[in-house]
Amino acid sequence: MNELRELYQEVILDHSRKPRHFREMPEASHQADGHNPLCGDRVTVYLHLKGDVIEDVSFQGAGCSISTASASMMTDVLRGKTVAEAEALFERFHALVTSDPSHADENADAELGKLAVFAGVCEFPMRVKCASLSWHTMKAALEGAAAASTE
Amino acid sequence: MSASAGAVPAPASRAYDVEAVRRQFPGLRVTVHDRPLVYLDSAASAQKPQVVIDAERDVYERYYSNIHRGVHQLSVLATTAYEKARGRVQRFLGAAEAREIVLLRGTTEAVNLVAQSWGRTNVGEGDEILITGLEHHSNIVPWQMLCEEKGAHLRVAPIDDAGVVDLAEFERLLGPRTRLVAVAHISNALGTINPVREMTALAHAAGAVVLIDGAQAAPHAAVDVQEIGCDFYAFSGHKVYGPSGVGALYGRAAVLEAMPPWQGGGDMIATVTFEKSTWAPIPSKFEAGTPSIAGAIGLGAALEWVEGIGLDAIAAHEGELLRYGTEILSAVPGLRLIGTAPRKAGVLSFVLDGIHPHDIGTILDYEGVAVRTGHHCAQPVMDRFGVPATARASLACFNTREDLDVLARGIRKVQEMFK
Repeated sequence: MNELRELYQEVILDHSRKPRHFREMPEASHQADGHNPLCGDRVTVYLHLKGDVIEDVSFQGAGCSISTASASMMTDVLRGKTVAEAEALFERFHALVTSDPSHADENADAELGKLAVFAGVCEFPMRVKCASLSWHTMKAALEGAAAASTE
Repeated sequence: MSASAGAVPAPASRAYDVEAVRRQFPGLRVTVHDRPLVYLDSAASAQKPQVVIDAERDVYERYYSNIHRGVHQLSVLATTAYEKARGRVQRFLGAAEAREIVLLRGTTEAVNLVAQSWGRTNVGEGDEILITGLEHHSNIVPWQMLCEEKGAHLRVAPIDDAGVVDLAEFERLLGPRTRLVAVAHISNALGTINPVREMTALAHAAGAVVLIDGAQAAPHAAVDVQEIGCDFYAFSGHKVYGPSGVGALYGRAAVLEAMPPWQGGGDMIATVTFEKSTWAPIPSKFEAGTPSIAGAIGLGAALEWVEGIGLDAIAAHEGELLRYGTEILSAVPGLRLIGTAPRKAGVLSFVLDGIHPHDIGTILDYEGVAVRTGHHCAQPVMDRFGVPATARASLACFNTREDLDVLARGIRKVQEMFK
């Protein structure tokens, strides 16, 4: 049960129940749709950039608690970040949810801040895509792609 | 059959000894997260009885060789066992002749064979193919590909809120351009049993050829293709307690004989020169290359085993479990069963208010309960019910009431966590 508690931490449950920045953004400068064909999760990520800075970020979609919480927390942390910082966070987050925690780099974890609650995901290989869907979609939006898929 | 929840199944003359059945499945003895496994995912793929495992091992240990090729003893033994398995499939489906059984990788390959061989020959621009709203992707996509190629149209007979095909609409959609009707015998996502005999008669009256996708039916219902009257019937070994990677297509001899070969290669030819080749008679014409030899022999063992227990006895057991499972899951607040057809096989698809099926699946896994979560390769069914996915518990000959009790307790834990 410990791994299960690691996965479903209270912060994650809270964000899944009450997702933050869950709205459309008509004025978005960048947006992309993400889809996990395996489970049907769908997310749209909206970004509004001013110069190189993410001034606003929001999302909409339907998914499991992990994918919803991940999208919600991502929108929390990306606000005010530069594109380069967002991309660096993407890499660290991806490493966090895919790698063995015993190999974790503590400094990198510190930079992830509250996103570190997703460390438990790596024990659940089938759920990695749930956690990373919104991040892939965000990256696709920044790169000007219309859609991202975790397949 | 499990099945006719409406009609009372014939009372088992001898008591069904589920514990004796369970003892034959070594795969059920494993633990998952330190809990005894509760396997409720047989609609995805069933566990294997010892006799099937033994049959496959026996091939490799005692008489493995390629088939239909050599004169040496091992080749004769392997060929004989392989063809005996074909005979098993023939009897299992009630086919008139063994040559009407094409051994393939499974249902998906069987449907694709019909789409590409029969379909490309017989479906043209403006023609129509009729399916239903409860089909698995493998009975949708091959027809879409064919329609795309030929400029034909795919028609879909809708399902109602219980998951029952609207037969009046089905009949209305049958027209002079309907070349083929492709229908699941039993829905994988909903458990609905289609009235395939009646649908076949209607389709034939309209001049259409009929394919039945029997992937879900083979483990739960005694199938008789001659009684159904269909032209094609496809099923997979792995869902009927046999190995994965092997299955069969039944085709009426006259229909198969008129079809061009599908894949070219060894074993499907009569003669080959660089100028021209001629084809072997059916079923070899459709069996190019070395097949899953041990797999087919394992499938034969599985069908023999199933017949030993009796499909009627299995169906009665599963029907009783389905009634029990429906009762206890219906009592869970916030749970909605998806698929409530009066004639239904052992599938309990459900959603919980405010909780995504993936989360249900992960938490149930920690109770040792294996269920399928997702769209079940039936996205149009999910769309019809307005859900992105469901959790699905599916029943097999080895399941018990206790399995369903563990499931129900697990669901309460899921709700507790997400309260």
